[in-house]
Amino acid sequence: MTLFGRRIPVGLSLAFWFIVWEVVGRARLSTIVPPVSRVVLAGITILPSEKFMRAAGISLRSFAIGMALALVLGIPVGVLMARVEGIGRVLGTWVNIFVSAPISALVPILMGVIGIGETTVVVTVFLFAVFVIILDTQVGVRNANRSLVEMARSFGARRLQIHTKVLMLSALPEILAGVRLAAIRGVKGVVIGQRLVAIIGVGELFELYSKHFLMEEFWSLVILVFLFAYLMSEAIASLERRVEYYASTR
Amino acid sequence: MSADAIVEVAGVGKTYEGRVQALADVSLGFPSGKLSTLLGPSGCGKTTLLKIIGGLIPATTGEVWVKRRKVEGPGPERAFVFQDFALLPWATVLRNVAFGLELRGVPTAEREEIARQQIVEVGLAGFESTYPHQLSGGMRQRVGLARALAVDADIILMDEPFSSVDEQTRRKFQEELLDLLRRKQKTVIFVTHSIEEAAYLSDRIVLLSPRPGTVSKIIQPNIARGQRSPDEIRRDKNYLDAVDEIWQILRRYVA
Ligand SMILES: Nc1ncnc2c1ncn2[C@@H]1O[C@H](COP(=O)(O)OP(=O)(O)OP(=O)(O)O)[C@@H](O)[C@H]1O
Ligand SMILES: [Mg+2]
Repeated sequence: MTLFGRRIPVGLSLAFWFIVWEVVGRARLSTIVPPVSRVVLAGITILPSEKFMRAAGISLRSFAIGMALALVLGIPVGVLMARVEGIGRVLGTWVNIFVSAPISALVPILMGVIGIGETTVVVTVFLFAVFVIILDTQVGVRNANRSLVEMARSFGARRLQIHTKVLMLSALPEILAGVRLAAIRGVKGVVIGQRLVAIIGVGELFELYSKHFLMEEFWSLVILVFLFAYLMSEAIASLERRVEYYASTR
Repeated sequence: MSADAIVEVAGVGKTYEGRVQALADVSLGFPSGKLSTLLGPSGCGKTTLLKIIGGLIPATTGEVWVKRRKVEGPGPERAFVFQDFALLPWATVLRNVAFGLELRGVPTAEREEIARQQIVEVGLAGFESTYPHQLSGGMRQRVGLARALAVDADIILMDEPFSSVDEQTRRKFQEELLDLLRRKQKTVIFVTHSIEEAAYLSDRIVLLSPRPGTVSKIIQPNIARGQRSPDEIRRDKNYLDAVDEIWQILRRYVA
């Protein structure tokens, strides 16, 4: 953030907004905005509670399974789309539509097809995540240095080796960028999936807190989910920085 | 065609899609254990011919025979050195040099042992765990050369290997390449733009005509290298004659 042409450190600007929040909360301008200090306190009480732990466990499991499926399916599909022109053409339009489509609108339909339960949530996470992964993998493989492929062929690489030892590693910066975006979308997928469909996990807690108007708990949960998504995205971003030199050398 | 030709090119023509005719009816043999250069104006199909010999692209007409076997694709008796080095940016020097062996399924310990020897051979000892982006252009090409040597191919195909390094490095490379060939029995097919480089390095210079490329003339400089210094060689009458002869032919192609 910049103010009057000066860069403000992230910590300071966060502190500023927390102060604003605290003041607004204390002034009781709105019932949905409790003071931030009370939100933090609520968070500290929720975090170790068995109820939260169980909810977080369920949510994490759905998230992990959905993300794993998105990776396992998304990366090969992306590679295929880049390598086989026909597949790229046929799937390209659909992937592009779905990557920007409001997936949440599909969730109620999923419910009708798959039923209510954890599976629906997993599928929701999967749908939120998979298309970005496909798209970025495809771009990465397309950008891969042709001469590396030629080099591998000249040393007798078989088709599979070209894909695993050259193309996928070449595409790693783009794949990681895709995975980072997918992880953020995946978190959204869990919460939306659990709230709209299966009333379980963190989604159930959100439902509970908002129904009973427990705004302090509600906001602390928002912050916790946000922190989770943020830390994960930072972890992936640090991996991305480690492979940054790829781009300059290909 | 000479009997000891290890590579034989017979009536090779190449027309790319989009109807660019790059090569027309090229026939020639490359003698075993010699360094031959392909020299010709830009776009005359030198890279195309080298890639066809390497089995990387198919010829439209004609065929290539290597060690009396028809070329259908790349093979272990041929190794490529690329103009742009083509090093894996995510792999260390050691792994890059061992990459050809890795693709062939040679066990890790064995291929790293071989790679280490080749790294010493090209003067890169101490850089085994360095990454390509940390190396200068000259050092990168040493890695490319070591990778080609590591698979122990009899025939080394080099496409303007020294064109993206500076002049001093280039001369040093040329000397080292000659030195290496004195120690190892290799057949080298070398593409270059440089008349001096061709005359300095070659046992045999194949001059190609402008696109579509055909063999215009074959020159054998016959320079007695022996133990003479590079500067002595560059003052050798046969060297100067070869440079002049090449220039007389090539100047006609420069519009
Ligand atoms: N993949 C391709 N598709 C179509 N045309 C091509 C392709 N590769 C090369 N050509 C054309 O074929 C001709 C010969 O190309 P080639 O790269 O073999 O020439 P070259 O002698 O190596 O040139 P240079 O000295 O510039 O490296 C050129 O006119 C080039 O534009
Ligand atoms: Mg070329």
